[in-house]
Amino acid sequence: MAHGPQPGFKRWLYTTNHKDIGSMYLWFSFAMFLLGGCMALVIRAELFEPGLQIVQPEFFNQMTTMHGLIMVFGAVMPAFVGLANWMIPMMIGAPDMALPRMNNWSFWILPFAFAMLVSTLFMEGGAPNFGWTFYAPLSTEYAPPSVTFFIFSIHIMGASSIMGAINIIATILNMRAPGMTLMKMPLFVWTWLITAYLLIAVMPVLAGVVTMMLMDIHFGTSFFSAAGGGDPVLFQHVFWFFGHPEVYIMILPAFGIVSAIIPTFARKPLFGYSSMVYATASIAFLSFIVWAHHMFTVGMPIAGELFFMYATMLIAVPTGVKVFNWVTTMFRGAMSFETPMLFSIAFVILFTIGGFSGLMLAIAPADFQYHDTYFVVAHFHYVLVPGAIFSITAGVYYWLPKWTGNMYNESMGKVHFWLAFIGLNVTFFPMHFVGLAGMPRRIPDYALQFADFNQIASVGAFLFGAAQIVFLFNVIRTVQGGSKASDEVWDNPEGLEWTVPSPAPYHTFSTPPAVR
Amino acid sequence: MLRGFNRLFALPGTTVFAHSALAEEQGVERWGVNMTQGVTEVAQTTYNLHMLIFWICVVIGVVVFGVMFYSMWRHRKSKGYKAAQFHESTAVELAWTIVPTIILILMAIPATKTLYDIYDTQEADLDIMITGYQWKWKYDYLGSEVSFFSNLSTPRTQIDNQQPKSANYLLEVDEPLVVPVGKKIRFLITANDVIHAWWVPELAVKKDAIPGFINESWTRIDEPGLYRGQCAELCGKDHGFMPIVVKAVPQAEYDSWLGERAESTAKMKALTEKTFTFDELFAQGEKVYNRACAACHQPNGQGVPGVFPAIAGSKVAMGPLDAHLSMVIHGSPNNPAMQAFGPQLSEVDLAAVITYQRNAFGNDMGDTVQPIDILNFKNKQ
Amino acid sequence: MATESSYYVPEQSRLPIFATIGLFLTAFGAASWINGGSSYIFFAGALAMATVLWFWFAAVIRENMAGLNSEQLKRSYVWGMGWFIFSEVMFFAAFFGALYYIRTFALPWLGGEGDRGSSNMLWQGFENTWPLYVTPDAAAHGEAAKFVGPKDIIDPWHLPLMNTVILLSSSVTVHFAHVFLKKDKRQAFNIWLAVTVALGALFLFFQAEEYYEAYKHLGLTLESGIYGTTFFMLTGFHGAHVTLGTIMLLIMLLRSVIAHHFKPDDHFGFEAASWYWHFVDVVWVGLFIFVYVLGS
Ligand code: HEA
Ligand code: HEA
Ligand code: HEC
Ligand code: CUA
Ligand SMILES: [Cu+2]
Repeated sequence: MAHGPQPGFKRWLYTTNHKDIGSMYLWFSFAMFLLGGCMALVIRAELFEPGLQIVQPEFFNQMTTMHGLIMVFGAVMPAFVGLANWMIPMMIGAPDMALPRMNNWSFWILPFAFAMLVSTLFMEGGAPNFGWTFYAPLSTEYAPPSVTFFIFSIHIMGASSIMGAINIIATILNMRAPGMTLMKMPLFVWTWLITAYLLIAVMPVLAGVVTMMLMDIHFGTSFFSAAGGGDPVLFQHVFWFFGHPEVYIMILPAFGIVSAIIPTFARKPLFGYSSMVYATASIAFLSFIVWAHHMFTVGMPIAGELFFMYATMLIAVPTGVKVFNWVTTMFRGAMSFETPMLFSIAFVILFTIGGFSGLMLAIAPADFQYHDTYFVVAHFHYVLVPGAIFSITAGVYYWLPKWTGNMYNESMGKVHFWLAFIGLNVTFFPMHFVGLAGMPRRIPDYALQFADFNQIASVGAFLFGAAQIVFLFNVIRTVQGGSKASDEVWDNPEGLEWTVPSPAPYHTFSTPPAVR
Repeated sequence: MLRGFNRLFALPGTTVFAHSALAEEQGVERWGVNMTQGVTEVAQTTYNLHMLIFWICVVIGVVVFGVMFYSMWRHRKSKGYKAAQFHESTAVELAWTIVPTIILILMAIPATKTLYDIYDTQEADLDIMITGYQWKWKYDYLGSEVSFFSNLSTPRTQIDNQQPKSANYLLEVDEPLVVPVGKKIRFLITANDVIHAWWVPELAVKKDAIPGFINESWTRIDEPGLYRGQCAELCGKDHGFMPIVVKAVPQAEYDSWLGERAESTAKMKALTEKTFTFDELFAQGEKVYNRACAACHQPNGQGVPGVFPAIAGSKVAMGPLDAHLSMVIHGSPNNPAMQAFGPQLSEVDLAAVITYQRNAFGNDMGDTVQPIDILNFKNKQ
Repeated sequence: MATESSYYVPEQSRLPIFATIGLFLTAFGAASWINGGSSYIFFAGALAMATVLWFWFAAVIRENMAGLNSEQLKRSYVWGMGWFIFSEVMFFAAFFGALYYIRTFALPWLGGEGDRGSSNMLWQGFENTWPLYVTPDAAAHGEAAKFVGPKDIIDPWHLPLMNTVILLSSSVTVHFAHVFLKKDKRQAFNIWLAVTVALGALFLFFQAEEYYEAYKHLGLTLESGIYGTTFFMLTGFHGAHVTLGTIMLLIMLLRSVIAHHFKPDDHFGFEAASWYWHFVDVVWVGLFIFVYVLGS
């Protein structure tokens, strides 16, 4: 068997190696993050002051929609899959993913799917303009023709996610080294196992709902039309049955990453390992029965309203357990503040703030005032940007020396952190204020009383964007060279990945390692 | 699409705080950071609920972050602190599962009460049907003849930055919803095309307007005044441009207003018999066009390529009259965005706008359409 | 958990990238075709996809015959197929859920009951019935309605009942085939498998007849309001799965007859197809109950 990487571009096209595929996922995701970020900058530039300056409303709506879709499906999800590809086999002592060819297939679908999605920007009538939640009938009877391409790109993205998830489950359940019992697995592996179940359960539902749209648009069915006996709200139920678990798909692996980093830099074992596992499982379970908290204003019967309110509030309990565990892990540790730790600490604080606003949104009568305002935008950016994005960034800094064999530049990392931290808060914190003061989301122009905070938010967005350039630069420099990293990299970190050389060899384990 | 992209670079120039300064002059409240307390009982309870939950979160935050900052300060390696090695405690874990649960239950009680209150739409004094259209609201006072559309009244020139912005920029309409104070008003909320949401923060009413279904909501306003809100569900291109203004007045004023409204509706009907001159029709048509059609077909009649067809040089506007009448009165059979304007506009306005379209933008058909033609066309069907 | 002493590390492969191109062309082609473009891209993509899958399965079979597949890899295939079927279950769940929502919530509201009962004001004269012979549109707008309900629906106790019997027995026959395969009775295996394939085809034939009937005589179509919508979407997707399942089983049959594949203790290809078949069968039972029997 030939076992080095093939030279040239064929290496990347034909590879079955989990590390190659992991790297491709990560680079793809970063590219999408920049693209989605540029769209966010168009949004922020337009919202810099009242009046229409740069773009017209229809294009603004396309930007909002594509920004949401690209960030969610193109940036965050592939980044987590990339980390899973790199780390899970190393963490459980496996030679590779369970189904390596399918692994390659899952990856390569993505660039094609996004090419198709982004190409809609150049089609007649423009790109999808109905928000990333694409509520019917705006996305059906009233949609631009490009919606058909949007639907099919969602279909193939979904196929990619399902295959990726199946692969991860098979790997975790089937490829562990002897002695690696379930309750010995690192939390990143656990959180991904549970995330993969969520993916398999909800991606087909997303496929189902876009299929219903396709049929309504082109084949005369009436799922979402009251005239034929359907209901536009049916769309929202099916969508959010997917959509809510989807937001936890974007945060559970983040919990795993942070649970790996904090103990390392607190030099103290993770507090409450088993409760972390149960909490993750509870969050995943609850995520299936809270979807209608996105729909408090659609006019559900009061019983439904109450049920979804209570169930949603309950999620604060297992999430709280996690937060308390992290804090207790830090408590009486011997902490040091390298870049991954900085990002992880910021994660804990800012994610919790996002969680608090989530809890406020869960209170149905109060949500009547918050719903579809910038308060919601502030909430989900706090859980997504310092949540998902920061955890990914932390993970990259944490494992980069293992991947490349080189140490990243620590001062540049700190500059990146502080720029990002300040930029992010300047961008998203004022959104709470304008939201409460009454600014609806998804509008290209706004009343004068919202002007000041919007201006501040726009400045912050550009600052945050600039921080990402520092990151890009730092990563490229580290890939190219730099001071050599030791095998352990950090002070006595836990996990099999630190027992192999840095950079990790192309094939990590050809015989199963011993697990303590 | 990227109109005047270079303006992006001109932005940080002198104009930056011009709008804010302007807002100041006009007495717009700046730097608002919190929810309005509103002018109804429900709004007040909602506000209190909001503040309650907020403060609970703040307290929890202070405790959690306090512990965190304390250990970040005290337990750091650079200070030579040695790490403890504990990693489990069932008692502690139980405590921080149970305590939050109790806090949540305490939150849920007032929330449930408020929700029951909001859902009680029984025994209203007045029913108003609200219908969302792309991009305007229609109000029907059930049990009377009165029914009208409410459109954004901010001129295009302000939006395009060719004129200074007025104090209620984007929050002003041509005809507000007029309601009496102190009465329980039930809203029946629906939509004609896509989903909208009728939201007035000071009344704490937000309800989705869903095509084909009717949602109910209610309010009782304590103080007379003007209350402004916006559509709160993405409904297409001009979602940001369909504001709501509610004018709450004392009962007597309301009654006389309602009487006048009903009278003028009757007067409009009478005008259907009248024959107008071309110039009258054209002038009225321009007004109607800018109010009802320009959002899509654009003020210059050029439309939006690929989305909304141009009226200038349009085969319909320059073709047989019947097809034009049918398009405007019954809407397009192919694209629901081109609504049936027959039920929305008066005969006079329909005649005017069609006359206008056939003669403006260089279409120069030279024909006029009279209100009676519209009536005949409608009756023919 | 792994107990093997040494791992099998797979080689590079050009299959996935070609599969991607095939899938992309299929999806892109389908979208252009539906939007009024030509159908060539779609068919080219589908052909490419089928070809790649052919080679892909051939490669897997070859590796297995060459003894390259460890027990571990085989287990991965088992997990893979199992969770794939679960994802299919969730896909159907979305449509069953839609049917449930429509019948329990949407239609009663439109008919004037419950919390959103005032909706009936918009559809005067509409009554909530199931099957929905008169849509809200037809009730309110008469002749001008876009969605006119069906004149009649499919009687569950004729063709559908027959199809239920057919499909249920096909699950039994495929099980027999499996039993004989495990006993290394090749002849019996082939026969029972052939019977299963024939039953699958028969089912499809009857379903086609049912659809023909619905469209030709009953006015029951995709456009006939929510009854037709849910009816055709659920039975249609099921039919598509039966088609796929039949093809899978047919290929297994050909592999056995022509190439003498499968061993009594190693025949996952066949097993996977038979699981799929059982799954399709279970979905049918759901359909028969919720769409046909409780729908009439
Ligand atoms: C990573 C993604 C993510 C995460 C983790 C969350 C987490 C939560 N979200 Fe969020 N949410 C989104 C992403 C996310 N959300 C997105 C994208 C949207 C908008 C979609 C759209 O419309 O476009 C949204 C919208 C949204 C809404 C709808 C708002 C509206 O449209 O009107 C609601 C309402 O209930 C909600 C609630 C919650 C809750 C209760 C949590 C909880 O999980 C939070 C739990 C955490 C904590 C509470 C903090 C830590 C806990 C403690 C310290 C313990 C003690 C605390 C107490 C007892 C108070 N979210
Ligand atoms: C993980 C998800 C995620 C992430 C990371 C972000 C990141 C950001 N988001 Fe957004 N956002 C969403 C998910 C996300 N968002 C979703 C789901 C919505 C809802 C959509 C909807 O309503 O349908 C939304 C909506 C949304 C809105 C509301 C739009 C509206 O309602 O009309 C705004 C407005 O400010 C916004 C801003 C931003 C900003 C400034 C960032 C910043 O953090 C972005 C920072 C990144 C950059 C700025 C890129 C940096 C790169 C460069 C500057 C260099 C460029 C160079 C090269 C190309 C080499 N987002
Ligand atoms: C919400 C958007 C919208 C508004 C408002 C609107 N239209 Fe239209 N209009 C359309 C669309 C979309 C079409 C294309 C219909 C089609 O393709 O069949 C159209 C087509 C037309 C046409 C035919 C043009 C052609 O060449 O095909 C005429 C005439 C017309 N509209 C008149 C009007 C008048 C008069 C008004 C106002 C009273 C109006 N429209 C308001 C969206 C709108
Ligand atoms: Cu109407 Cu938004
Ligand atoms: Cu949610």
